Amino acid sequence: MSNKQSGSHRHADVLVTDPDLPPVAVDPQQAEAEDRRWTPAKIALWVGIALLGGVSWTILAIVRGETVNAIWFVFAAVCTYLIAYRFYSKFIERNLLKPDDRRATPAEYKADGKDYAATDRRVLFGHHFAAIAGAGPLVGPVLAAQMGYLPGTLWIIIGVIFAGAVQDYLVMFFSMRRGGRSLGQMAREELGVIGGTAALVATLTIMIIIVAILALVVVNALGESPWGVFSVSMTIPIALFMGVYLRYLRPGKVTEVSLIGFVLLLLAIIGGGWISETAWGVELFTLDRITIAWGIIIYGFIAAVLPVWLLLAPRDYLSTFMKIGTIVMLAVAIVITRPEISVPAVTEYATTGAGPVVAGTLFPFLFVTIACGALSGFHALIASGTTPKMIEKERQTRFIGYGGMLMESFVAIMALVAALSIDRGIYFAMNSSAAATGGTIEGAVAFVNGLGLTGVNLTQEALSTMATNVGEESIVSRTGGAPTLAVGIAQIMQGVFGGAGMMAFWYHFAIMFEALFILTAVDAGTRVARFMLQDSIGNFVPRFRDTSWRTGAWICTAIMVAGWGAILIMGVTDPLGGINTLFPLFGIANQLLAAIALAVCMAICAKRGLFKFLWIPALPLAFAAVVTITASFLKIFSPTPAIGYWAQHTAFRNALDAGEESFGTAKTVAAMEAVVRNTFIQGTLSIVFVVLSIIVIATAILATIKAYRQGGGPGAEDAPTASRIFAPAGLVATPAEKDLEAQWSALEPGKRPARSGH
Amino acid sequence: MTVPDVLHRARDTARELAWLFKGVMGENAYQTYLDHHERSHAGGDPMTEREFWRDRTDRQDANPEGRCC
Repeated sequence: MSNKQSGSHRHADVLVTDPDLPPVAVDPQQAEAEDRRWTPAKIALWVGIALLGGVSWTILAIVRGETVNAIWFVFAAVCTYLIAYRFYSKFIERNLLKPDDRRATPAEYKADGKDYAATDRRVLFGHHFAAIAGAGPLVGPVLAAQMGYLPGTLWIIIGVIFAGAVQDYLVMFFSMRRGGRSLGQMAREELGVIGGTAALVATLTIMIIIVAILALVVVNALGESPWGVFSVSMTIPIALFMGVYLRYLRPGKVTEVSLIGFVLLLLAIIGGGWISETAWGVELFTLDRITIAWGIIIYGFIAAVLPVWLLLAPRDYLSTFMKIGTIVMLAVAIVITRPEISVPAVTEYATTGAGPVVAGTLFPFLFVTIACGALSGFHALIASGTTPKMIEKERQTRFIGYGGMLMESFVAIMALVAALSIDRGIYFAMNSSAAATGGTIEGAVAFVNGLGLTGVNLTQEALSTMATNVGEESIVSRTGGAPTLAVGIAQIMQGVFGGAGMMAFWYHFAIMFEALFILTAVDAGTRVARFMLQDSIGNFVPRFRDTSWRTGAWICTAIMVAGWGAILIMGVTDPLGGINTLFPLFGIANQLLAAIALAVCMAICAKRGLFKFLWIPALPLAFAAVVTITASFLKIFSPTPAIGYWAQHTAFRNALDAGEESFGTAKTVAAMEAVVRNTFIQGTLSIVFVVLSIIVIATAILATIKAYRQGGGPGAEDAPTASRIFAPAGLVATPAEKDLEAQWSALEPGKRPARSGH
Repeated sequence: MTVPDVLHRARDTARELAWLFKGVMGENAYQTYLDHHERSHAGGDPMTEREFWRDRTDRQDANPEGRCC
């Protein structure tokens, strides 16, 4: 392969396209010229975007009045994304990836009309976005809001530009060049057996911890909430109905059945409101968190062994439908209501690390608390799987990979705005663990006012009014981020539709929306992990490879469910509060996966001989590595019990040895024993994660050095095939692309080769 | 622009949006399959719509797709 070419449109000269067809790629010179032609209108547009972005950042970061309007977050984010997309992602395309539209994508040369099917770029953007965006970007920013609005905003926006979107784009591109291979397969090819195995083990453990913590978020949102329990559990019969409808009544009518499902979902939310006002309803649906956790564990097992058509596929349709609808609705509502935000730009918790929501200082804990939205390793699993098999043209990866992640980042910004718009006192009352507030209104008021935050004066009345407004018994210590976001969304939405009387509806709508995402992720995650486990065990016991072997499937599902179920139960019963001790593990796990993905990308770039631009993946890799390793070391070695798992472990163990019967927030010997056990597991997981990440990064660095010495290395790309289709690269077709589209549509239908979409 | 023009435009945009939405939901998968079948001149009849959707979910059973957090 020649590495001497430059420019995003230069072509390897080995490919000869069909001379009877119109060109399958825009002429490189013409495209370059179009890119470089700066008309006055174009200059004015970009200067305008830059100015608006600059003003917004100035208002957020420097001009600090009493309050700041939420609209500036939207402008700062959107303008910065546009500039990054137009200039930085183009820079990566031109210098590092060098896509060649004359090369057929797997969707073309492996086309089977099913898994490998060229899909219109705008449709695929939606698909990909629906697959990557979940509850993650909605939860992390809410928890990080305790450090003020500025650190979270800066990290979400800068992080996505230089790390998150780069990772998604690179992984998607390299997977596409390899026929849609998975991250695990690429890691094995590029990093060898040791690196590849470490990556596989890391991926499995990471999936377990991520599913467990997501499930914990749902449990915390539904605990002692009859309304929530009723409406979320109704999603199961609704999904079953949709599954049967699609299988037997009207196959393929996906939009129709999703609309029916959506209406039923609304009825379930409204019905939940009625039921929560009846005595029998309250008695039947008020469940404690341990019961709900067991419910989710049993549900997770059943959902993962049932056929996909019955539960998983319809739930996924419903979740996609809700996701797109609610995100658009929330964006519109924020622009219309433009809430004023009175949270300081940076709070003292950024430096003291004593925040009650998640312990730890800004570095490194901000960067692990907000994972999704800025940098999410989990995306690498999606970007190297389904999506690359459906890409029509190579140059579209920039729009779908980089652009898709910018979109998720914007969702995180909206979640941050929603969380920031609620009263700070209420925010801390909701997010401090029950161990701190005692779970009572009086306890919460005493605790929050005792934090000594300027401008925060929480009253019992404020808490009980808010609880009544959102239709809950109490909102004290509703940790996990989801309920806080739901209050924020309810406050914003009631400003547009329905007023205060509708707040309870919107609150439960938001809870439903998050629970739906999470339960879909729990099902799908368990299933994916089960297949990975079956594949791994298959190396020793070949029979496990056969995925249709029921016993094997059941055993592996049970192992995975037991894995995340144990951590979930541990989180629910944790005397120290659960989410605030476990959430850092979630972020560390996710960033670790990102480090693995970026390490693989760096090794691939090195083998392509692109050392001059190796910093593009190396920079975010270095950052993710420093963050995960520092955070892990603090979790392992910190002498502060609130931060270090082992410090906490030793403190409780010593107390037990000294014969004490209560220690800190653990009021009984059994609770103290639970802390000793939990911190042992959490501490061990931290060690496992950091060891695995160091192995993977080290093997990637070795592979890179080896490639540097040899001036490149053997590539694992599929052999290039000439493309026979054309499609524009970005959202809007350029003049040159429009010209080619016209030539293609003038072809007689019989001569026109593969193309789907329209 | 005249009123009919505007209406025409609006209808086109609405159609385009509906097409996009259905695409994102995955509704046009069967059409994609039929198009592919026709173009690839593979022998035999294509699956019926009912068969196709059954086959699709059965394949998902064996190849799970991840959903992100």
